[in-house]
Amino acid sequence: MTTQLLTIIFVGITFLIYGVIAWLSRAKSTDDFYVAGGGVSPLANAMATAADFMSVATMLSVPGLIAYLGFDAAVYLLGPPGGFLLLGILIAPYLRKFGKFTIPDFIGDRYYSNTARTLAVVCAVFITLTYLAGQMKGVGVVFSHFLHVSKEWGVIIGAGIVFFYAVLGGMKGITYTQVAQFCILGFAFLVPIIYLSMMVMDSGFIFTSWGGKTADGVYLLDKLDGLSREFGFKEFTAQRRPTIDMFFIGLTLMLGTAGMPHIIIRYFTVPKVSDARKSVAYTLLLIAIVFLATPPLAAFSRTLMLESLNNIPYTDVPDWFKVWEKTDFLSFTDKNGDGIIQFVGGAANELKLDFDITFLAIPEIANLPNWIVALVAAGALAAALSTAAGLLLVISSSIAHDLIKKQLYPEMSDKRELGISRICIGVALLFGIYFGINPPGFIIQTVALAFSIAASTFFPAILMGIFFKKVAREGAIAGMLAGLVFVVVYIVYHEFLGGKADGYWMNISSQGIGVVGMLLNFTTTFLVNKYYGNEPPLEVQQMVEWIRYPKGVGGG
Amino acid sequence: MDNNLQSYWKANLRILIILLVIWFVVGFVCPILMVDQLNSIQFGGFKLGFWFAFQGSIIVFVILLFVYARLMNQLDKKYGVED
Repeated sequence: MTTQLLTIIFVGITFLIYGVIAWLSRAKSTDDFYVAGGGVSPLANAMATAADFMSVATMLSVPGLIAYLGFDAAVYLLGPPGGFLLLGILIAPYLRKFGKFTIPDFIGDRYYSNTARTLAVVCAVFITLTYLAGQMKGVGVVFSHFLHVSKEWGVIIGAGIVFFYAVLGGMKGITYTQVAQFCILGFAFLVPIIYLSMMVMDSGFIFTSWGGKTADGVYLLDKLDGLSREFGFKEFTAQRRPTIDMFFIGLTLMLGTAGMPHIIIRYFTVPKVSDARKSVAYTLLLIAIVFLATPPLAAFSRTLMLESLNNIPYTDVPDWFKVWEKTDFLSFTDKNGDGIIQFVGGAANELKLDFDITFLAIPEIANLPNWIVALVAAGALAAALSTAAGLLLVISSSIAHDLIKKQLYPEMSDKRELGISRICIGVALLFGIYFGINPPGFIIQTVALAFSIAASTFFPAILMGIFFKKVAREGAIAGMLAGLVFVVVYIVYHEFLGGKADGYWMNISSQGIGVVGMLLNFTTTFLVNKYYGNEPPLEVQQMVEWIRYPKGVGGG
Repeated sequence: MDNNLQSYWKANLRILIILLVIWFVVGFVCPILMVDQLNSIQFGGFKLGFWFAFQGSIIVFVILLFVYARLMNQLDKKYGVED
C-alpha cells in the first residue's frame, strides 16, 4: 500500500473517531459548553489538557529546533514544564475554588471592573488568535504534504473538522475528543522514536538510550558533536546563545504557560480543589513523557541527517527528497556546481531545510516502514486540532460570555448565549483559515508572541489577584495595559518592522521579552496602587480570602 | 479572617516558597546559570548540566507537583478546610 493511501486511511479513521465522540458528548447547557458540566475526572481532564497544550509547536517545531540548535534550544523544552509547576501551585487550585467559566470572569470580578474584564477579553483574544495562527499553519503543512491536496483545501478541511466538534460539543465535546487525541498523538510521537532508537542505538528504551554508545563504541552525543564539527556546524552540546537570553526565554515560557487562558480554564472542569491539584500533576506527568522523548528524537534525527544527507549526488536523491522539494520547505542550490549535496554550516551550505518539517521528514529519511509516516501525519493533525479546539473555546467564551452576556445583554437566555458562542467559533476559525493559508513566519515565533503576552498580562494580574488582596482595580488595569503595550510594541518592532537582532535591549530577544513585560506590569500596578488606588471593596477582599482555602467549593 | 484560616494561609505560603526555591534552582541554576560548572561532571554519555537542561529539570518538576498535591491535602486536613 502506498504511503499516501495509508495516510488517508489513518487520518480518516482518527477523524471519524473525533466525529463520533463529539456526537456522543454534545453540549446541552452553557455549563456543558464552557466547563463540561464541571464533572470531568482528574485523569481524563489531564489527558485532555495535555493534548490541548501539546500543539504542532511541541510535535514539530521543538524537535526540529533542538536538532538544529542543540543545547541552545533546551529552554523551549524546559520552559513549559516549569510553567506547569507555577500554574499548579500558584494559580489552578485558587481559580478552581473561584469556580467560574473564564479568565476575564476572574479578572472582572476580582478587580470589580468591567474595564478590567474587557481588557482581559482583549488579551485573551489576542493570545489565542496568535496561537491559533501557528496551529493552522501546521494543519496546512501536514495536509498539503501527505494528502497531496493544496494547502488551502488542507486548512479548510482541518478547520471544518474542528468547527464540527467544537460547535457541537463545546468544552464537553472538546474534552472527550482531546482524550482520544492525546492517545493518538502520544502513540504517534513515541513509536517512530522507538524505531529510530533501535536503529541508531540498538536499544528501544528511548529516554536513556541517547546517553549510550553507538555500534562504533563512541557515545552518541560525542559522535554527534564530532559530526557537527566535521561539517562546520555548532557542536550539539555547546552553547552559543547568550546566557541572559536563555534565562529570559526560559522564564517567559514558564510564566506564559502559567498564564495561558486555554490551559488555566481546564482546571475549572474538575469537581474539587484537590482534584485540580491532582489533575495538574497528572497533566505534567503525561506531557513529560513526550517532552523527555524529544531530545533523544532530536539527537537521532540530527545524526541521521548529517550522515545521510551529505555528499550524495543530486541525481541519486531518494523519492521523499523530491516530494519535499516541491514545497518551500526544502531546497537545494548547487553552489559549487559539483552536482553533490553539501549540507554544512556557513555560506557553503547547499541544502535549505525548514526545521518545522524535521519530524515529518525523519521517518522517510531513516527509511522507516511507511505506516509510521502515516502515523506521524495523523499524530501531528491530532496535536494541531486539539490545541485549535481549546483555543476556539477561549475566544468564544470570552466574547459571548464576558463581553456580550456580562456587559451588554445580561438578561440574555442560556440558549441565546450558546448560539452566540457557536457563531464566535465560526468567525475565529475564519481568522484561523486566513492565517493558515498566509502563515506569519515560523510556528515557534508566532507561538512565542502569544507566550510573551500571557506572561506580561494574565500571569501577574491573576497572581496579584490571589496573593495580594489589597491590589485595587486602578493598579491592575494600568499594569495589564503597560505589559501588553510594551510587549506588542517590542515584538512587532523587532520581528515585523525590521528592527535588527543586535538592537535587542540587553541581548534579550523577542521570545524572552515577556519577563520584562511582567516586571513592568508588577511595577506599574504597585506604583498606581500606592498613589492612586483605593482599597478594594470589603466583599472583594472577602472573596480573595475565600478562594484561598478549598472548603466550600461550589458545584459546576 | 479567623486565626485558623490565617495560620493555614501562612503554612501554605511556606510550602509555596520552598517549592519555588527548588523550582528556581532546578529550572535556572542547574541548566542555565551554572551549566558549565555542572558540565565538567560526566555520567554515561551525558554532561550533567546538559542533561539537566533536557531531562533532569523536567523530572524534578513532575515530582514537585505530586509532592505539592500530597502536602496540601495533609495541610487541608490538619486545618479542617478540605473540600
